Amino acid sequence: MANLFLNRRQLLSRTAGAAALAGIAPGLLHAQGAPIKVAAVYTVPVEQQWVGRIHIAAEAAQARGDIDYSFSENVSNADYTRVLREYAEGGAQLIIGEAFAVEQEAREVAAEYPEIGFLMGSSFPPDEALENFAVFDNYIQDASFLTGIIAAAMSQTGNIGMVGGFPIPEVNRLMNAFMAGARAYNPDTEFQVAFIGSWFDPPKAKETAFAMIENGSDMLYAERFGVHDAAKERGVLAIGNVIDTQADYPETVVASALWHFEPTLDAAIAAAKAQEFKAADYGVYSFMEHGGCSLAPLGTFEGKLPAEAAAMVQDYMEKILAGTYTVEIDNSEPSA
Amino acid sequence: MELFDILVSATFWAAVLRIASPLIFATMGELICERAGVLNLGIEGIMVAGAFAGWIAVYAGLPLWGGVAVAFGAGVAFGLLHGLLTVPLGLSQHVAGIGITMLATAATYFAYRVALPEVSSPPKITAFQPTGWAVLGSQTVLTWAALATVAVTGWVLWRTPLGLALRAAGENPAAVEAQGLPVHALRMGAVAVGSGLMAVGGSFLTLSAFNSFFFEMVNGRGWVCIALVVFGAWRPGRALLGALLFAGFDAFQIRLQQTSLGAGLPYQLFLAMPYLLSVLALVVMSRRTEVPAALMTPYNKGER
Repeated sequence: MANLFLNRRQLLSRTAGAAALAGIAPGLLHAQGAPIKVAAVYTVPVEQQWVGRIHIAAEAAQARGDIDYSFSENVSNADYTRVLREYAEGGAQLIIGEAFAVEQEAREVAAEYPEIGFLMGSSFPPDEALENFAVFDNYIQDASFLTGIIAAAMSQTGNIGMVGGFPIPEVNRLMNAFMAGARAYNPDTEFQVAFIGSWFDPPKAKETAFAMIENGSDMLYAERFGVHDAAKERGVLAIGNVIDTQADYPETVVASALWHFEPTLDAAIAAAKAQEFKAADYGVYSFMEHGGCSLAPLGTFEGKLPAEAAAMVQDYMEKILAGTYTVEIDNSEPSA
Repeated sequence: MELFDILVSATFWAAVLRIASPLIFATMGELICERAGVLNLGIEGIMVAGAFAGWIAVYAGLPLWGGVAVAFGAGVAFGLLHGLLTVPLGLSQHVAGIGITMLATAATYFAYRVALPEVSSPPKITAFQPTGWAVLGSQTVLTWAALATVAVTGWVLWRTPLGLALRAAGENPAAVEAQGLPVHALRMGAVAVGSGLMAVGGSFLTLSAFNSFFFEMVNGRGWVCIALVVFGAWRPGRALLGALLFAGFDAFQIRLQQTSLGAGLPYQLFLAMPYLLSVLALVVMSRRTEVPAALMTPYNKGER
């Protein structure tokens, strides 16, 4: 069981090997020269899961001496372009952010500063005409698929509850991949899907999760804060998303699908240092084969997974890493 | 019959009380302010401040009730500021209220960052646990405190001389003055105590409904309470009914989403349901209500 799941270091070293072999970015992990100035603009506090992953990767890159990192958090969308401009005027060479709610405005700012690289979380593809505007997102469907297998295997009732914020592509494709994984293990798995219409309302997420548990779910997919707490209070299990939450809920969280922003950021830093930053979709760097996502260690649930499911997870992981199995990217709104 | 099953399940009614509790506290707070003649649109921000203050106090080592007291204190502080602006200075209550909401929200975020500069996720506390008492054991003691607040508010406003003076300050401040009572002090006191209750409502979210603080977690609940005061026709009992009704619609829609009916309709419709139905109820209920006559009218001694 010990070597069933790769830890992050193994994944990253594999990634480095794979990337070097493929010749995607020769300087990926050993970027040369002085640190470049990187600025990040976040619309939420860095405690938020999604933004937190970016923040951690940037701090790591700064610790390595690759970048000079500065950031603004909790910037409202109305203020967003002003802050972007401030960093652009301040000499940033690479600006990271999230353009989801300000797609057009962010692109307009990027057009004004063609010499600066913009790496933006976005629901839209890059635009060839806007050469310095690249997009990324958490394409961690590979890991979500694997957690789906585990969820279905650990559920006694075969009824899985899923609480999400809003049905946007970032959320949908992970939910869909999770559901595909669960159905791969048990085609009869039933789902309860709900969206709470808010990113930060843990009491509401908790209430919604309670309702699902009362309605037969014994396994919850936690897209939002609050769902784990409901699961813990009622003694059912849960699956984490983007970050590993098992330390806080050792008896509740079976597995988590982790997002690693490091490959995305390192690729962008390398490109910026080589003066080759251009419009591209960095989404692929979140794929498992690039080390952009992984299954968190089972930890407290080590050995509690049915052998059949463990073998299935291992099998799919190898196929995904080898490129012989591709988890479908489905951005449509999931329904039960 | 799925709909009927939902309504007769004990867990549904438990959820109604849980969802209603923060609204009940904050609605009573707003009602007290408005009964004394001061609209308090600072409610949303004061709830954020209360949610944070209560939680950080408990995190710093205070007992849970100490956290509630700190939240109340934070609410009183913002209430006094709102009172200062609107009562002696007589500024626009709308503008001052919105300003208080923005100030309290921003100040909370600032305090949060100062208190916790380097955290990966906000720390958790041990929140109020369900009492386990017979029949209604799934609620925390804070929910019962919310219901008690309604009774106390009603008793004070209608059964004590202080309550009479407060209501008069919101109806006819000149008459209060003629009785030799201080209108400004009455109004300031009402806004301070009312704001304290709003903050306690916010702290319910971090000390009972959840065990940690997230910046946007109040999520419009304050604005709902403004409407609930109108729904309740400025009467505590009816406002309580409104809060329970709103919470009932909310608990109902969450469950309805998982029925066969829910599979066919967009989820936004369900999320909007408590608001839509409350607006409808508001229209029906508040057709013959009497607004406190001096609401939003500043009073200056000797002025005609």
